[in-house]
Amino acid sequence: MGWYNKRLSKSIWVFHVSASPCNNCDIEILDLLTPKYDVERFGIKLVGSVRHADVLLVSGVANNKVAPKVKYLYDQAPKPCFVVGVGTCPASGCCFKKSYNVPGKVEDTIPINLYIPGCPPKPEAMIEGVVKLVEVLNG
Amino acid sequence: MKIDYIFYLLIFPGLLFISILGLLIGWVDRKVSARFQFRVGPPLFQNFNDFFKLLGKETMLVKEGVITIFIIAPFIAFAMIVLVSSIIGTSLFYNNSFGGDLIVVMYLLMINSVMIILGGSSTGNVYSSLGAGREIKLLLADELAFILICLVPIIKSGFQLQLDGIVSSQLQNGSYIGSLSGFIAFVVGLLCIQAKMALPPFHIPEAETEIVEGPFMEYSGTLLAFWKLNGFMLYVTFPFLLILLFWGGFNPEGPGIIWFILKYLLIVLLIIVIKNTNPRIRIDTALNFFWKYASVIALLAVVLAVFGY
Repeated sequence: MGWYNKRLSKSIWVFHVSASPCNNCDIEILDLLTPKYDVERFGIKLVGSVRHADVLLVSGVANNKVAPKVKYLYDQAPKPCFVVGVGTCPASGCCFKKSYNVPGKVEDTIPINLYIPGCPPKPEAMIEGVVKLVEVLNG
Repeated sequence: MKIDYIFYLLIFPGLLFISILGLLIGWVDRKVSARFQFRVGPPLFQNFNDFFKLLGKETMLVKEGVITIFIIAPFIAFAMIVLVSSIIGTSLFYNNSFGGDLIVVMYLLMINSVMIILGGSSTGNVYSSLGAGREIKLLLADELAFILICLVPIIKSGFQLQLDGIVSSQLQNGSYIGSLSGFIAFVVGLLCIQAKMALPPFHIPEAETEIVEGPFMEYSGTLLAFWKLNGFMLYVTFPFLLILLFWGGFNPEGPGIIWFILKYLLIVLLIIVIKNTNPRIRIDTALNFFWKYASVIALLAVVLAVFGY
């Protein structure tokens, strides 16, 4: 599997799951895909359909309405599929932790492999997070 | 004889050559596009990594829909592209057209689009069917102009349908691109292959921002890998066909191979430049463009060719 993991680590296609975020992390994710940071040199590509995805970038707290849909999206993604929680919300719930419409952590809905904390995290931090995921894949 | 045919199909102008060259040219496309946007671009073996990664992913099948067509569509398209590439490649490199003439080539090139339509509409997904519908319209739009420009070399070579006949006629009398009708047909042909490969500005069927990859939306794993490979292999097939029909084919003597590589890279570069400098057009604009202008200009080229210009 080492050979295959190496291929996988060099070609990570990300799908952007907005699980009721405040939109700040989403803007930073879009910043990440601009020519300035150019993640295509690592083989990272933003895809439109969850069927093509290797990594789901989840941002937001996944409230009562969105949590079933996030679960559904995770089930529809072909495995092996990794989930990266972007921002403080998936990590701890941030200031929405005790809201009436938040069922709990995103972790309870889908397994999260990696957290990138920050409110919002800088694109550089996200690149470092994905590089760490690549390191895990390479063993 | 039989061994030769297997070699043609599987190794040199066929499967192995076309897929490896296609993936490498796909890298050229991505790299040049990246330089257009002041980026660095992906590393050399990026497309190989993508392909092998997709081969190892889980392949998900749709619940509602025609599973058989869903599965066989990419493989039939793959087989047809390999076959048509072997026919074009043998006529270019061995001067032996492998039993196929220009009409067979035109039919086989259409099958790729037909398979995209079938694969897209077999999934039962709304966006996929929208993409398949757009692919039908695009096929209707570009096919007329494409058939008309294919008539030009037939007329100029003295009504020969065999590909090797067209090549040897050009080796004797000079390339058709030097004549007025040949040049017009070449330019129209370049736009037609842009539409046939569904590249910008004609990437209407798989418009990522509105109908998320269109016909390929539900595909994953191995099947998606083959769709991607088909797309890259067309980067080889169509420029080779244009070189064969208009630009003198492949001359094995002297520096012929260098000229061939330069011609091929120039056509690919033109495709990439058109791709990167144009936004996506609407489907009605594409139909207008091909039926009102491109087909008329192609017809003009045919008339000019009949009168010997």
